[in-house]
Parts: sequence; structure tokens; C-alpha cells
Amino acid sequence: MDGTPDRDFRVPSGCGITGIMNRRGRAFSGEVILSSICNMLERGNGLGSGFAAYGIYPELKDYWCFHIMYQKAPSKDHAEEYLKDRFRVVHHEPIPTKRVRSLEPVPVLWRYFLEAEDGGPDEEDFVIRSVMEINREVDGAFVFSSGKNMGIFKGVGDPDAIGEFYRIPEYRAYIWTAHNRFPTNSPGWWGGAHPFGILDWSVVHNGEISSYGTNRRYLENFGYYCTLSTDTEVMAYLFDLLVRRHGLDFETVGNVLASPFWSQIERVEDEGRRRLLKALRIAYGPALVNGPFAVIVANSKYMVGLNDRIKLRPLVAASKDDFLYIASEEAAIRVVCEDPDDIWMPKAGEPTVGKLEDEDG
Amino acid sequence: MAKAKYRPEFIVQRDDEKCIRCQVCVRMCSNDVHTYYPETDTVISESSRCVGCHFCEDLCPTGAITICRSEPQIKENYHWSGTEVYNIIKQADSGGVLLTGMGCDRPYKDYFGHMVLNASQVTNPSIDPLREPMELKTFIGGKPEVVVIKKSSEPELATQIPPQLELETPIMFSAMSYGSISLNACKSLAKAACDFGTCWNTGEGGLHRDLLPYAHRAIVQVASGRFGVNKEYLDAGCAIEIKIGQGAKPGIGGHLPGEKVPEEVSRTRMIPEGTDALSPAPHHDIYSIEDLKQLIFALKEATRYEKPVGVKIAAVHNVAPIASGIVRAGADFVVIDGIRGGTGAAPTVIRNNVGIPIELAIAVVDRRLREEGIRNRASIIAAGGFRSSADVVKAIALGADAVYIGTAALIALGCHLCQKCYTGKCNWGIATQDPYLTKRLNPEIGARRAYNLLRAWSLEIKEMLGGMGINAIESLRGNREQLRGVGLNEVELELLGIKHAGEAW
Repeated sequence: MDGTPDRDFRVPSGCGITGIMNRRGRAFSGEVILSSICNMLERGNGLGSGFAAYGIYPELKDYWCFHIMYQKAPSKDHAEEYLKDRFRVVHHEPIPTKRVRSLEPVPVLWRYFLEAEDGGPDEEDFVIRSVMEINREVDGAFVFSSGKNMGIFKGVGDPDAIGEFYRIPEYRAYIWTAHNRFPTNSPGWWGGAHPFGILDWSVVHNGEISSYGTNRRYLENFGYYCTLSTDTEVMAYLFDLLVRRHGLDFETVGNVLASPFWSQIERVEDEGRRRLLKALRIAYGPALVNGPFAVIVANSKYMVGLNDRIKLRPLVAASKDDFLYIASEEAAIRVVCEDPDDIWMPKAGEPTVGKLEDEDG
Repeated sequence: MAKAKYRPEFIVQRDDEKCIRCQVCVRMCSNDVHTYYPETDTVISESSRCVGCHFCEDLCPTGAITICRSEPQIKENYHWSGTEVYNIIKQADSGGVLLTGMGCDRPYKDYFGHMVLNASQVTNPSIDPLREPMELKTFIGGKPEVVVIKKSSEPELATQIPPQLELETPIMFSAMSYGSISLNACKSLAKAACDFGTCWNTGEGGLHRDLLPYAHRAIVQVASGRFGVNKEYLDAGCAIEIKIGQGAKPGIGGHLPGEKVPEEVSRTRMIPEGTDALSPAPHHDIYSIEDLKQLIFALKEATRYEKPVGVKIAAVHNVAPIASGIVRAGADFVVIDGIRGGTGAAPTVIRNNVGIPIELAIAVVDRRLREEGIRNRASIIAAGGFRSSADVVKAIALGADAVYIGTAALIALGCHLCQKCYTGKCNWGIATQDPYLTKRLNPEIGARRAYNLLRAWSLEIKEMLGGMGINAIESLRGNREQLRGVGLNEVELELLGIKHAGEAW
């Protein structure tokens, strides 16, 4: 794609990440996440930030919501043609924005609420395929959010500017995650910012994956093609594969992505558990994510924080009443929750899991 | 007509002032190069018999002997090298096929030498293997695509993991039969493999009773001659390897001359003493892929599906589809042996001209298996001329699960690559059955040296991994992002699946 170097090349970046969840599913204003991420401006360099919000489209919650950015006018026609072929477009509109001079030029941003009439038995796989096809085939179009009752908002700029641009304080969500980026070159492409999303998964990620080549080629076996060349994309697909398609729980996913060392496995006393951990490493070796990372992954029911196996990137968690906080820095939590009930450093490879409570009744 | 003399390949230089007439060279050389004349108290060396194994040079207590290469001084000719000319002279004399030992020595492009590795800087911390865990543990065998976990009170494993070889390092000793090498050489490698936690390979030589203590780490080979194959043999090993081909001599069989079949070899191979052990070029029960499948499952049935069964082939033009067929035929691992792979004996013209470089073979096989979605069903073991830990790392980054080393292991035991294995006169006691020669190789010392080699390479691999910011070998496997080509053209880069040096991610 023309003029979008970071779409064709992998750009390592350092970052700040933060996530806040109300475990009872009570929505709260985007103001909170904005304060949290803006207390970590140091961790970014103004070249990318974004937000993911869950529960923001309650009236249209049964429809797939695609957020699409267009770099040129014909892209929009092509993409819409494609969408109309495969989906029933229930509603579409420009994504509401406010003019922020420092961000210009901005791409055309549009959202579509879709019904997958001919999605077949596995509607989610159909949606993934559709997103990948648009992103691969339709020049200048990029689907950056594709879940239900959730949305991702991102672009090239500081989090305060991006937050203002997308009018983040006007949304109310029960899970918010946010990202502040420090890429190692100067990307001009908005799609390269985080969060990265597929279906209702969103990922904010701080890290550089040394096992990128291995992970990417492993994912291709399962039909995931990394079109963005970002580490975060790999992370999102791995979660989708392991949780949605292979049915693993988050603790097990932690044991796959940041697997315990063999020396630790040997010390596990329970034989059944030892066998399980060994089997996971044997089968899922190519899914081990090596290199430093701290990641906050969310879907409509969960928010999960995870570190690499030797904790090479910071991650702090805290809880207060119904709220779970996960962030790169304690400062990002304290600024919105002065006096948490509990605050801790998650151990390397041990997931911090926030689950929506009303899920199992 | 006048007959051309063979020009010596080496000149034996003796410093007469240093020589103390101890005659160790006279007693030790199996090629009878040195002769002592008591009348004149002199040692005369017949250079034309010297094979360049450097044994006498290394043994001489005063350093009196130097073995120098000697090029036949025919008129310089780019097209007709001395070697080519003298090969023709030899063939005009004998009317026979020229034989040689070890791997191809022709100057084909060395792809390992045209690839460089990555390291972390700033954006990603490198990991110090002296301070942090660094894992080389490797499993050979088919892997399930999905692990299913039963949810009871405690999560429980519900997926049956196929049989695996568990290795402490991704390096194994490749197939070298008892017969082609001495029992002491076999013992050295077998013991080193057991001590280190990796595997050795019986080759087509059967399993001598003295090697039984090391059988739990032995990959037992079933080759076209079926030598030494019986129920106990199959049960004894930790894995079974069906040998279809070998990198040094793709498409042709094996021939262990009767002189190398004394009593012990005869018992182990289950053939009469002194008879030639002929391995046919093909397996005569495998004329196609479906026949291979039958043999794979016959062996799995015979061993109750308790151990991995793999197939070894030489890297040839069609290696990727062949490997794919082998995996679909049920193999748990595929061994690919490249053009540099060694041998105890092969026709020179075959060794030097048939097959393809292992680097390209790994790359295309790994890619093909992934494209077909069957990469998890079998491990890839690469073989053929690995000279250093860097070659191993590059092979794994291209997609191999583990490598076999043969030549490097023999060098650790003393081999100086004289390429005369087929004569059975190996002065180092490796490629010979002559008891006078084999006793020179002490299996305890040999095992320690082979172990040291595994240890040294493993330490170096850990250093390289740490530099890349990786702390488990599985994150290197197929990770071609960590490789860059230097001086490779577009086709080569495309086949290897790597970018050129200077290109970023």
C-alpha cells in the first residue's frame, strides 16, 4: 500500500498500556481511561495511541460493528461494495469526531453495523475471513474494529489528542483499554496504532516479539495471515486461536504464551499437572511468545493482563470494589483510583484475569 | 607403453635432527608409509602411500614429522585439474569406479556461510544465558494440533501426545553403522549421547550386545539390507528410522566389503563372516509411497505405537513433495540429508554430483509442510555437513527441529578427513575393524570428547539465542526473521524464505 511503510514492515515499539474493567458490567465514562493513559505520556512519543471500549453500542449490540478507515475516496466504494455482497448493512455512519489541528491530515473514518446473513455455521470465522480479505484486497481500506457492542478508536497522535478527536469521554463502557505508543520510526499510518482488534478481541501490547517469525508462520497453519506485520496482531490471533477455537482457558493460555520453564515444570508435584504442562509445551511450542511483552487483552466477557515468561516489561494490577485495573505503571492506576483495596505486580507468565460476573449467573 | 606413476597427494617431511628413531610412526601407520632400516639407522617415508590422516604427525614425540599437501605439478589448466587428470589415469588402470569416503568436498555454494543472524539492541533486551534460564529441550515426533483439557475438579489432559524423543539439545549423532565404524567409535558416540541426553543412531549395522546399555538412546535403523533387524532390535531402540537414502550417495545402496565383516560384525548384522554386506539401492519392498506407508505401520505395529518411526531421505530435487508424502504416509519424523552428508564409502562421482544443499532442502520442506498444514505431524531432522553451532542455529531458524552430526562427531574422535574410510585402514581407529587399529580409540576418552563437543555447541547456541532475545529453542524454530542473506540472489532468498541483510523486519 502506498505511503504506509509500517503496514509493510514490522515496527518495534515501546509503549504504555492500561485497562480498567467493571466486573459487574456497569458502564463508566471514557474520561477515566483518558486520565489513566494520559498519566503515562512519558511512555509514548506522540506517534500512536488508541482506546478499546466494551458495551458502547447497546442498541445495536446484536450486529457486527466494523470501524473502517479509508485513505482514499475510491477505497470506500470498493469496501462498501464488498460489505453489501457479504452482509446486510443495518446502519452506517461516520465515526463522530472533533477537529484536532495537531492530528491532521486524518483518514476517512466510518462505522458499519452488519448482519452476517450467509455467515454459515461458524459466523465468527466468516467475519474473520471477511476482515482479512478487506484488509488484504481492498487497497486503502482498513477494518480496525470488528466486534459486537464494542469499538476500537485509534490514530497517530498523543492519547489526549486522540481521545479528544474521537470524543472518548462521551462513551460509556464497562471495559476500557488504552495504549500509548513509542514506535522506533515515524509511521504515518493510523492503522498501525493500537489497540489491535479482531472480532470482539482487543489487544494493547507493550513489547517486541523475538519469536515473531515462528509465531506468524504457526498462525498461517490455521488461516491467520498477519497483514499488518505488527507484533500485536500476532498476539490477538494467538488469543483467538487458543481461546475461541481451541477452547483453552486463560490460565492455560498463559501457560502456552508464557510457558513455565522446564525446570519449573519438573518441580510440579502433581503428576497430572506436570503431564499437562509438558503436553502444552510439546504441542504449542510454536505459540510460545518469546521476548519482552506486557499485554492487556479484552473481549466482551474478560479483561486479562499477561507478562512474558521472565517479565521483561512492567505490568501492575489493582482492584477496588468491582473494578480491576491493569497498567504499565502504578501511576496510571493511582491517578484514577487513589486508594485501591489491593495492588500487586503480576508474576511472569501468570495471567491476571478479570471476568464479567453476571456471565454465569 | 610407459605407465604414469601416481603422484603423491602428500609429502612426508622428516626433520632428521629431531627424529630419535623411536619408530612409533613405523609401528603405527596402517598404510606402511614409514620403514626403519637398522643397517643405516634411518627411517624412510614413502610419501605416495600417505593418505594425509596426520596420525604419525600427531604421535611423533619430537615433532619431527610434517605432512604437507602436494599438488601434482602438471601444467596449469583451469578445466583439467590435477585431480581430474589423475582420476582418469587411475580409471584407465583399473577400469573401476572411484571410491571415496566422507562428504562432498566440491566448491558448491555454502549457504550457511551466506546467512547471518540477528541480535537484540535497545528495543528488546538480550538475555544472558549465564544468568537466566535458556532452554534447548527438543521433542522429536508428531505433535497434536489441539490439546484438549477435561474440566473436572482439576484440569486434566485429554489429548494423547504421540510418542516423542526428548532431547536436551537439538543435536543428535547421525547414522554410522557398526561395520562402517569400529565398535569403540560406536561406544564413544552412544555413551556421549546417553550422558548428554540426546540420541545416537545404529545405522544399518544392527545393535552389538556391548551397545545394549545405550540402547535407550539409540535410533535403530531399518535400511534396504535389513541387517541386524529383529524384534529385540526394534524393541531396544527409542525410535526407528527407515533409511531410504543418504546425502553422500542418493539413489545408490551400500557395500560393506567382506574384509570389514569379521566375527563380531557378522553376528551383529546376522550375515556370514567375510561376506560382503550389500544394501540394495531401493528397498525391494518399497517401490512407491504406499509401500513406505505399509512399512511405517508394520514397524509401528511391531513396537505397539510406543516409539516414533521416521524416514531418512537424501535431499534431491523433489525433496519437498517427497517429504510431504512421507509425512502423509505416517512418519513421525523426516530426516533430510544434504549433499555434504558423509559416508564410509561412496563412488566419488555420486558423492560429488548428486543431491542438493541441505539449507535449501530444509527451507523448502518446512515451507511445503506448512502450506499443506501438516508441519505439526512430523519433526524435521536435518543432516549433512554441520560444521559449527552456527550452522545448527541457522538450520533450526530455517525450520529444522533438530540436526544430525556425523562428520563433526568423528572429528571429535580424531578424524582428520582423509576420506579413506572405505579402505578399512583408519589409523585413528574409527573407520576400521582391525583390532590393532580400533584399540587406539579409547571409548571412555572418545565419549568425553564427543560429549564436550555437544556441550560446547549447546553453550554457543544458548549465547546466540540469548543475543536474539530468545530463551527457548522452540522460538527459533522456523523463525526466519532472525536470518538475513549476504550475497544471495533473489531466487535464493525466495527459496530460503529470508530477507537480504540490510532489510529491516
